[in-house]
Amino acid sequence: MAKSLAIADSALSRQSTRNGNQVRRVVAFVAIVVILVVLWEGAKALFALPDYKLPHILSIFEALARPTPKGMTLWVLLGDTLYTGGEAVLGFVLGGVTGFLLAVLFVHVKPAERGLLPYVIASQTVPIIAIAPMIVVGIGRMGAPPWLAKSIIAAYLTFFPVTINVLRGLTSVHQDQLALMHSYAASKAQIFFKVRLPASVPFLFTALKISATASVIGAIIGELPVGSTRGLGVQLVIGSQYNTFNPGFLWATILMAALLGLVFYGIVALVERWVVRWRAPIRED
Amino acid sequence: MGVPVAAPAAVDATGVVPKRADGDNRWLAPVLVFVVVMLLWEAAVRLMQVPVFILPPPSAILSVFVADAGMLLLYGFNTFRQAIIGFAIGCSGGIVVAMITARSRTLSDVLVPFAVASNSVPIVALAPLAIVWFGIGEGSKIAIVALMCFFPTLVSGVRGLTAASAAEVELMRSYAASEWETFTKLRVPTALPYLFSAFKICSTLSMIGAIVAEFFGGSVKYLGVYIKTEANILHTTEAWSAIVVACLVGISFYLAIVLVERALMPWHISQRREE
Amino acid sequence: MDAQPVTEPIMIKIEQVNKTFGEVGSGTIALQDITLDVAQGEFVSIVGPSGCGKSTLLRIIADLISPSSGSVSVLEKSPRQARLDRDYGFVFQSPTLLEWRSVLKNVELPLEVMHGAKAEWKTRALQMLEMVGLKDFQHHYPWQLSGGMQQRASIARALAFDPALLLMDEPFGALDEFTRERMNLELLNIWEKTHKTLVFVTHSIAEAVFLSSRVVVMTPRPGKIATVIPVDLPYPRTFETRESDRFFELVTQVRETLKEEFVGSGTLPLGGDV
Repeated sequence: MAKSLAIADSALSRQSTRNGNQVRRVVAFVAIVVILVVLWEGAKALFALPDYKLPHILSIFEALARPTPKGMTLWVLLGDTLYTGGEAVLGFVLGGVTGFLLAVLFVHVKPAERGLLPYVIASQTVPIIAIAPMIVVGIGRMGAPPWLAKSIIAAYLTFFPVTINVLRGLTSVHQDQLALMHSYAASKAQIFFKVRLPASVPFLFTALKISATASVIGAIIGELPVGSTRGLGVQLVIGSQYNTFNPGFLWATILMAALLGLVFYGIVALVERWVVRWRAPIRED
Repeated sequence: MGVPVAAPAAVDATGVVPKRADGDNRWLAPVLVFVVVMLLWEAAVRLMQVPVFILPPPSAILSVFVADAGMLLLYGFNTFRQAIIGFAIGCSGGIVVAMITARSRTLSDVLVPFAVASNSVPIVALAPLAIVWFGIGEGSKIAIVALMCFFPTLVSGVRGLTAASAAEVELMRSYAASEWETFTKLRVPTALPYLFSAFKICSTLSMIGAIVAEFFGGSVKYLGVYIKTEANILHTTEAWSAIVVACLVGISFYLAIVLVERALMPWHISQRREE
Repeated sequence: MDAQPVTEPIMIKIEQVNKTFGEVGSGTIALQDITLDVAQGEFVSIVGPSGCGKSTLLRIIADLISPSSGSVSVLEKSPRQARLDRDYGFVFQSPTLLEWRSVLKNVELPLEVMHGAKAEWKTRALQMLEMVGLKDFQHHYPWQLSGGMQQRASIARALAFDPALLLMDEPFGALDEFTRERMNLELLNIWEKTHKTLVFVTHSIAEAVFLSSRVVVMTPRPGKIATVIPVDLPYPRTFETRESDRFFELVTQVRETLKEEFVGSGTLPLGGDV
């Protein structure tokens, strides 16, 4: 509670400096975008880069506006983005719930923690994402719907940060807070729901922000293997094949993937801000 | 009149924790789990007659691994070479930019949120573009790995380099320390734990990045291409044995970073033995 | 031991209590031969340097840890039963507020845990906040309060379920001197209003003398009771009490006891809290 020495009134002034920062950040963001555009077009002109390496920014938007048999490119890509996003969200939820339950299990059943935690950690130090093609092929052969394999890969990338962070959160409760509950003769369930669980929520959100991105990556990777028909991963492969003819399209697809990642992250961050509003403001970065 | 004292209370509020199982026992549970899982896997595949192309039994994977060991290790090394070069480029780039960024409050306030946002962009989506830029060979894979490692290192680097407390900075100032001395004696040691946690993440990311970038194309002498190709023609056992190699390489890379970390920061709290 | 004859009914009875951390024989002896009675309505302070086992003793009374030998009774029950019956409120050195709950919700916590009538939670909690002067801050989160305010909230919380006994473990130890003296007066005020029995652990001699009706002086290595000094300063005590000659005499008396013990045992207090 070192931060607690601030007196109550300072909450207001903090709020106003926070708003000031927000304004500064928006200005900075716009500045960075402008700088990037200048650098982009400048580099293209200076080094005479061909369109297939670096198209004009405008041609990305042209590519988005181009009509296809299935409608305007933008709407097609948006459909793929939503499809990939759907897989990612499903995997995110699946992985999040699994990861959370694992953490709860580890806190309460010591032998489970001892036997399994090393593997949970090891599972992330190895590039087991290499397994993705096999999952897609294997699950596809078993007749499951195509999105399931991708969601499972997304879930796989999601669960680990959640398990590790929630475990840390559940066990990082101050000794005296537990002693306090003990002095009330509180039941185990009460200690869990009134102390451990709320204490772990900030940790959970740290994990969920990492997982939001990871689940998008997982879904895209899952779409790469041959046989996929929908999603950003498929469009990336197509885009790279037709890059010489339509250089704006690959960039447009990448832009969509970037937006998907950002929006997902942003939503989680917004939910966090609302749920963890009891927290002292810390440097947001 | 005194009432006899009851059994020990559930919470030892002074924080005196019962001693944990010592070193010998620490490995018992994980090893047991490994053996049981392998046996269950083997048994399940055999009993349920799962087709080999869906899930091969561990024994089959092992025998393919042994038979192809030379080739697989070569492929593993090829992929690892891309990973570690990209890691070196990405991490040192991140550190350099962090050093510049950390010197100015405004710069870090502007750049750090941007770097955090970049972290939430699925960088693997850039892999096809990297092929256009750097060719189908190792260059494109190294570029993706470097980009994947750059942002986490930048974010952690800025956090670490600005983590020294005001009191610590004042202490250095009271010694009339030069900026360089403050940097090497205070800022760098403070930043080390942050950097190493980034390095650990990046070691994993670099292997993932290399393999996933290989999924987009390249010579078959790399793990990612090999795995994808074998999986597509339903040589699942071969693909699995390549995954074993990928895991071995990945975990060795990670452990190597941990070893360097231990050697460089024996003082850090993460090095203290648990309990 | 020179325990004073007490006329009020006894609330806490401690007999021949020993506590060893670690293995008996080789472990650290935290408490040795502690015998002490606390009467109902008393304000007893336990004072001593770091490592004298004063916090350990308080936690034994609270059944947060158990003694190695000896017997303790609280309201003629075992400490465990007293805890299960929610007979005492415990105030820790750190305010130990749950940071995700508003001040009001923090004070309601024990009522929630003890399944009190839900309708009464808020009224009761607000009463307590009013008593400690925090009613206007009920919707603030802990981080928005100063250290002293947080500790007041924690006292309000300990009183919320109206326990007969209040156990306080260096509650003002982390506060600055000015805040601490003001909190001392407020605590005396609350004690006089509520007629609770109070056991108060502190390492400040002046605080112990100022607050209590009896001061238990403990010495470390091993932790034992050196003496019990009755404080005959009249209540209600004020700022002026601290300037009276009698106050200085008593403070000196406590200090001399501690000095004698060190000279006598040839050791100086070193090391961490037990």
